[in-house]
Amino acid sequence: MGETGLRRYKLVFLLPGLLTLLAIILFPLLFTIRVSASGWDAITPELNWVGGSNYATLWNDVRFWQSLARLSGMAVGTVLIQYVLGFALALLVWRDVKARRLFRLLFLIPMMTTPVIMSVIWRTIFHESLGPANDLLHLIGLGPYPWLTAGGWAVASVMIVEIWQWTPFMFLLLLAGLISLPREPFLAAAIDGAGPIRTFLNVTFPLMATVSIGAIMIRLIEASKLMETVYVLTSGGPGTASETSGYYIYIKGLRDFDIGYAAALSITYLVIMIILLTLVGKLLHRVLVGGRS
Amino acid sequence: MSKLYTFLKYLAITLWSIFVVTPFLWALTTSFKTANGVTGGPTYLPWLQYEPSLSGWKSLFSGGGGIDIVKPYLDSLIVTASASVISIVLGSLAAYGLSRFSYRAGFVKNADLIFFFISQRIMPPIVLAIPFFLMLKWLDLLDSKIGLILVYVALLLPIAVWIMVDFFNNIPRQIDEMAMLDGCTPLQAFLRVILPNSLPGMIVAGMFCLIFGWNDFFFAFTLTFTDTQLLPVAVVALNSSVTPWWSLSASALISVAPLLLVAFVVERYLSHGTLAGAIR
Repeated sequence: MGETGLRRYKLVFLLPGLLTLLAIILFPLLFTIRVSASGWDAITPELNWVGGSNYATLWNDVRFWQSLARLSGMAVGTVLIQYVLGFALALLVWRDVKARRLFRLLFLIPMMTTPVIMSVIWRTIFHESLGPANDLLHLIGLGPYPWLTAGGWAVASVMIVEIWQWTPFMFLLLLAGLISLPREPFLAAAIDGAGPIRTFLNVTFPLMATVSIGAIMIRLIEASKLMETVYVLTSGGPGTASETSGYYIYIKGLRDFDIGYAAALSITYLVIMIILLTLVGKLLHRVLVGGRS
Repeated sequence: MSKLYTFLKYLAITLWSIFVVTPFLWALTTSFKTANGVTGGPTYLPWLQYEPSLSGWKSLFSGGGGIDIVKPYLDSLIVTASASVISIVLGSLAAYGLSRFSYRAGFVKNADLIFFFISQRIMPPIVLAIPFFLMLKWLDLLDSKIGLILVYVALLLPIAVWIMVDFFNNIPRQIDEMAMLDGCTPLQAFLRVILPNSLPGMIVAGMFCLIFGWNDFFFAFTLTFTDTQLLPVAVVALNSSVTPWWSLSASALISVAPLLLVAFVVERYLSHGTLAGAIR
């Protein structure tokens, strides 16, 4: 086949997908950047030019920076807990367990369910007088707790639901990694007489370093978008106590129709998240893989 | 030591299993309640603690007191299935290209192209929602299935490319070279030889597309209103001040049910080791 023929085929494969994605994503992104320099709101819905004034406003917008700090804390907190739990669960049903496939199936189910719909159910569970959470805790002498109506509790409730929903994804990625590990290092460890804890620390965990980084990064990326659970469970409340950046921008943009300002918030949010996620990725790589290999 | 270890192991598995099934069991029991059964405080056992009734389930199909679930169900099915199929087709083609040929445009190479596809997952929905809203308005596609399908392709295509690139990388190049020696063009080699061999990868990618498509709420919520209504939006609409918990629970269970089949398929591929190759 001639060089030009091959080049034509190369493009036949790549271009349909690439152009579709560019068309659907790039235009909105460029448009948002342009809108962020306009004063587009409900009263004057037009693309005028106000320069960087939206960005100047957001610099002093305490509510935005608080939501960003809260989001970062919630994302890192839930993902860390998901990683520990997901790894533990994956190890538990990796081998030597009865009804292994049944438990694997069961542990996967939450990630298949619609987050907002399950959040609606969780909201009934957390209902202070009519929900089972306080009722069951009362049996062991605890509570009642203001699950959704006090600041710290609202954040904790959102995190519980996120952990319920997404630990399965972590579990899935880590178990897939465990299943694909070579057998030889484990045989060698067994011959050396290493117990389960030493085998884990010296063999399993190091071998799983790349899979771990991948799984943590995927979950961090998804968690950085956290807002649907907040919308359904607490609507950002009480007050703004559980408001994440995405939810705040949603209120500014699609509730108050302060489109120009919301666009500036969006771009800032996106840029900060990309920077933070890149840094975390580099850091994880250095901590988990760095000294070795 | 070993006996204690086994005990702790099964204890941990049991505790997590209880945590996993709790919301489903609660929704199941609530779905058979009536107003009296809900407002009287939390109860769990039908007949013993409350008188079960089918009214919650019936309300899903009559529209009385609840919602008519049939149309949102069909809308969700059409939108999710169409977007998934388009994403898998475009994604597999692009992934095969990226896996087999080297592209170069200025400083952009294969790795950058793959990164571009996958990096789209980083985009928070809210960043896209406002321009999508205006874009679909100009195209006159607001509140339509086609508009949503377009948006969902943008969400699902990165997932398809991500899974399929690695999958194609694991299929030996000799296979396509043999086919091309037999006189196939690259496209024919892809369609006749590679595709049949990559069915597991496409199924895994398809499952993930179905999960993320079926479960999206935000875009359906901001880009459709009355003509088109997807399931998550319809169910959350019940989450108002006077909440009929029984209809809510029944609709929640019926909405998440189809994805349980997906869980079966994913577990199968996971336990057979196919996912390991596809996911890395």
